[in-house]
Amino acid sequence: MKQSTIIDIISPIMAGPSSSHTAGAIRLGLMAKNIYNGKIKSVTFRLYNSFALTGKGHGTDKGLLAGLLGLAVDDSRIKNIFNSDIAKQFDYNYEYAQDFNRHPNAVDFTIDGENGRMIISGESVGAGEIAIRKINDFTVKLTGKYNTLLLIYKDVPNMIARVTNAIHINIASLNCDRYAKGEEASMSICLDGSVDDKVLDFLKNIKNVYFVSYIKKLES
Amino acid sequence: MEKTISTFEELKNICNGITVYEAAQLREAELSEISVAEFRSKVKKSLDAMKEAIKNGLKSHEMSISGMCGDDCERLQKRFLRHHALLGRLFEKITTYALATIEENLRMGKIVACPTAGSCAIVPSVLVGVSEELKISEEDQINALITAGEVGRIISNKVALAGAVAGCQAECGVASAMSAAALTQMLGGSVDEILNAMALAMKNLLGLTCDPVCGLVEIPCVKRNPFLAIHAVTASELALAGIKSKIPPDEVIDALEQTGKLMSPLLKESSQGGLAKTKTALELEKEFLQ
Ligand code: SF4
Repeated sequence: MKQSTIIDIISPIMAGPSSSHTAGAIRLGLMAKNIYNGKIKSVTFRLYNSFALTGKGHGTDKGLLAGLLGLAVDDSRIKNIFNSDIAKQFDYNYEYAQDFNRHPNAVDFTIDGENGRMIISGESVGAGEIAIRKINDFTVKLTGKYNTLLLIYKDVPNMIARVTNAIHINIASLNCDRYAKGEEASMSICLDGSVDDKVLDFLKNIKNVYFVSYIKKLES
Repeated sequence: MEKTISTFEELKNICNGITVYEAAQLREAELSEISVAEFRSKVKKSLDAMKEAIKNGLKSHEMSISGMCGDDCERLQKRFLRHHALLGRLFEKITTYALATIEENLRMGKIVACPTAGSCAIVPSVLVGVSEELKISEEDQINALITAGEVGRIISNKVALAGAVAGCQAECGVASAMSAAALTQMLGGSVDEILNAMALAMKNLLGLTCDPVCGLVEIPCVKRNPFLAIHAVTASELALAGIKSKIPPDEVIDALEQTGKLMSPLLKESSQGGLAKTKTALELEKEFLQ
């Protein structure tokens, strides 16, 4: 298990009241913004279980929106985000649901904008830590701690080797998933460093790669 | 320097002639590949944010989103203007600073999770209250906060510091143990005394459940913060007198871990038992969650 550091224990500096329901919500929003990586026209936040039940009292609704707008966990504007001018950039609404198959603190973002529609599912797993579990229909695991490459491609032999060969930095973890053999597949690669546009362009030009996205890690 | 220190025994052995914060800052700087000065400036950032939260909290009486809490710090300040606290000026400072910070948290103000948001007022109220009263230098305050962080870090190696996993003993309980260690450092205690202060505080809070009303970090969390801040002072005073925890620090943490596992899930942040299921809590729930 990864050992925590002293700074982990005496931080983050954050807008209250709850690390899982407020700071975690903001970080989920920030991740969704990085994943969508384009101008947003509208978004629906679907909050599940404990997020749905206690979200209002914990400012979870405000946090999700603030994160998607790019505000940091300690931004003092979060409290009044609904009345603030920055929140007028796109339309937003909230739905609430109970589903015991989902994590207690789960949320789906349905985002429409310049990159078309994207559905991003995530959970706040405690102490401000988060995990993105699904992007559209693909299972991923993004924690925001690493710069991550996300590829959608046709499931053909040797794809992993071709992709990892092009990346000359240490890989912290690698996750793959596919619809079915020979169908659309996804790969998320967490990196210890960062990649430049040259690598991204190279990856985009690999045969059978449909989509490449580079998701930057969150500031701690 | 040993890179991983996972128990208090290991910490004690490494502190051969140096104290907890010195050993801790050397290791942390080395692990994150920064200088000790850079590490200390990160700690100072948290310390400064703690002071800021106290300042803001003392001025505000804005209620939380639910409307259940937010004006108790003002009440306490008014009381102390009329009647001095039986236990003196320091008691007044610690309790008002604790309420100021935790109320700032629930009105979505800026606080430092230490170790969590629900327990964010315990370490700062003791640290800042005592520093002001005893005129303790900023460097020594940073030393104390590093000591608190090191103690919390070692505990977190065994027990996740989350009410949902191990109850409030792992949030406010650990915060009180961290504060006891920090205070003992500020008062010039030895490594042994620091670890005993931690153990004495922790031992006395084993079994503390997490049963927040309406699932919100408000009842009982708000008032628990000033209580457990004062609790930390008691532990530190005992330890500085040479009183030892008969159960050694690491074994106390083993007990914390086991107690957390044995605790019913109904009492671990699920709001399905304890205070959260009282008649009044259920009425409040109807009012706020609909
Ligand atoms: S009672 Fe639960 S929610 Fe409240 S501070 Fe303790 S652990 Fe956190």
